[in-house]
Amino acid sequence: MRFTTVILKEEDQMDGGIEKTNKPEMDKKGKRNGFLSGFSGPAFYKADDRVLHPFSVIVQKEIADHVRSWRFLILLAIISLTCLGSMYTALTSIREAIKPNDPEGSFLFLKLFTVSDGILPSFVVFISFLGPLLGISLGFDSVNSEHNKGTLSRILSQPIHRDYILNAKFVAALIVISVMFFALGFLVMGFGLIAIGIPPTAGEFLRIVVFLIISIIYVAFWLNLSILFSVRFRQPATSALSGIAIWLFFSIFYGMIVDLIVKGMVPQGYATEGQIINFEIFRMNLNRLSPSQLFSDATTTLLMPSVRSLGPLSMIQVMGTIPGPLRLTQSLLLVWPQITGLVAGTIICFVLSYVSFMRKEIRSR
Amino acid sequence: MNGNIIELVDLTKKYGDFTAVDSLNLAVKKGEVFGLLGPNGAGKSTTILMLLGLTEPTSGSVRVCGIDPVTNPIEVKKRVGYLPEDVGFYFNLTGWENLMFTARLNSLSGKEAVAKVNSLIERVGLRDAAEKKTGQYSRGMIQRLGLAEVLLKSPEVIILDEPTLGIDPTGVVELLQLIVRLSREDGITVLFSSHYLHQVQQVCDRVGIFVDGRLIAEGNLKQLSGKLYEGAPYIIEAGVNFDGIDLKNTRPEEWLQEKLRGIEGFIAVKPGADSYNIECQTDLSAVISKTIVMAGAGLNYLNKKEYGLDEIYNRYFEGGRSNGRRH
Repeated sequence: MRFTTVILKEEDQMDGGIEKTNKPEMDKKGKRNGFLSGFSGPAFYKADDRVLHPFSVIVQKEIADHVRSWRFLILLAIISLTCLGSMYTALTSIREAIKPNDPEGSFLFLKLFTVSDGILPSFVVFISFLGPLLGISLGFDSVNSEHNKGTLSRILSQPIHRDYILNAKFVAALIVISVMFFALGFLVMGFGLIAIGIPPTAGEFLRIVVFLIISIIYVAFWLNLSILFSVRFRQPATSALSGIAIWLFFSIFYGMIVDLIVKGMVPQGYATEGQIINFEIFRMNLNRLSPSQLFSDATTTLLMPSVRSLGPLSMIQVMGTIPGPLRLTQSLLLVWPQITGLVAGTIICFVLSYVSFMRKEIRSR
Repeated sequence: MNGNIIELVDLTKKYGDFTAVDSLNLAVKKGEVFGLLGPNGAGKSTTILMLLGLTEPTSGSVRVCGIDPVTNPIEVKKRVGYLPEDVGFYFNLTGWENLMFTARLNSLSGKEAVAKVNSLIERVGLRDAAEKKTGQYSRGMIQRLGLAEVLLKSPEVIILDEPTLGIDPTGVVELLQLIVRLSREDGITVLFSSHYLHQVQQVCDRVGIFVDGRLIAEGNLKQLSGKLYEGAPYIIEAGVNFDGIDLKNTRPEEWLQEKLRGIEGFIAVKPGADSYNIECQTDLSAVISKTIVMAGAGLNYLNKKEYGLDEIYNRYFEGGRSNGRRH
């Protein structure tokens, strides 16, 4: 139970930190001593001699808005609970997870992220399910709420480029997500270290870092999708709903639809090996249109070094191989298409929202 | 630049088939308070957006401070302060914080920003509210904060789009006085759009009347009424006291008509509310007063009637309507 108390303490500190950010504003009579001492909101409130770049001013403000919002606190709580829950399952079932002659025996530490007791999902599954929610909720009202508040035309009449707003929103949310994921990932590693007592090897550490980076890219995809909706739809509720609809579609219905399509195409009993392989590849490629499939392919390969192929292997290919873990570079090579796919999806969403934002005529409210 | 800080030449903006602004020609001189007057949907806001480079004109050219906002919007936005219609602020931040944000977007250093924000908050009379979140501000306070924000960049031109919308009458007077004072003190050119005639009349040096995307008249009040009532009769309002006069069963205006008939240039007498409107071709007030007094009636007052903006506006607006370009 040692680790749970530590987590609680950690959360107390987080809450304390957030309260502190709100306090200096209460300072009366226009003297802003609070802002000059300690942490105290974005740097652009400081009376120093620096001239900040307008882009960084917007990013700072956006980050401050995120961190101070209730929305972010709630998400943080959910994700922290996820970490706690998956840590708990991992630690209770890690003993059974290690089998003799397991090629992954030397990667015990990675099991913290992938092992589950069959009741509660593992950390990776949690992230692949909740990541979209995080991305959608940080982006769904980024542009339309500015418009509805009447602040967009005011900001755009300042001497800044129009795309600063969109870019800054994206960068700010990405920074918030990255900090959060790295903090949580390292916390899980730290508690795991305390609980199981075996330090991770350099390879394991690197794999976890790459895993966190891929998770960030995955969330960034959903973030950009929801920013796109926030540019297209005037009502924040509509854009949130569209984002959630797409998330639910891919996490629930997409698999069913693929099954339905594939069912009619199952090769008959006397099909040749080539036909069966082609069918399998077709089925997997259909599945890979879903970003969550790409994410889970990428992460399982990275966190389970013994995975050496994501597609079907023929007997000839398997014959003579000695079961053993891949090196990090080999694992990365294996999931490179998946990573490229995720990055491409992110960029496509960003470009679409960029184009439609730049063309939009900004009227007041 | 020939003294014009804003120059629009043949400016046209179309949305599909609908023409929002139709070959507009307009020049605003430096230091002037210019009023754009027109009904809702006349194309005032669209014109303003084109001035700032926030939307591109379909054809024609715009020059603000000698710069083309289509190709160089940043330079224009550095010089032009714009207060949008129904402006909003981040309601989770205080007024001070909102202004600091804008100040830093305008590349002021921290020290300059703090000094300027504090002095402007003082100037628009929001010192006591500076530390309140703008979510608690009243509409009038928001507009004043907006004005402070516009002045942050030390603009050469300020453009105010319906700045008095939704403010109570005293608030309107205060805000208008503030605008005029600021413009006179700092020599700022002000372009002011409104559909409230009286406000425009109070503060503007010159007025442009906008109907259906076209500027149908521009000039100061005198020029406008001159243009509009060219050839129309000159009206003198007379308060006449008929005590002790035998009207011989005729109505008073008929009596007056009878007495004034001999004057050269006299046209007719029409009864007003409690006075009489005497129409004539030129200013005959001296002769008229003499005639009335000589006839034995008492003359309470004699007043040359000037046209207010409402009359001018209504007249022009009717003109605009009759051209059949309503949408």
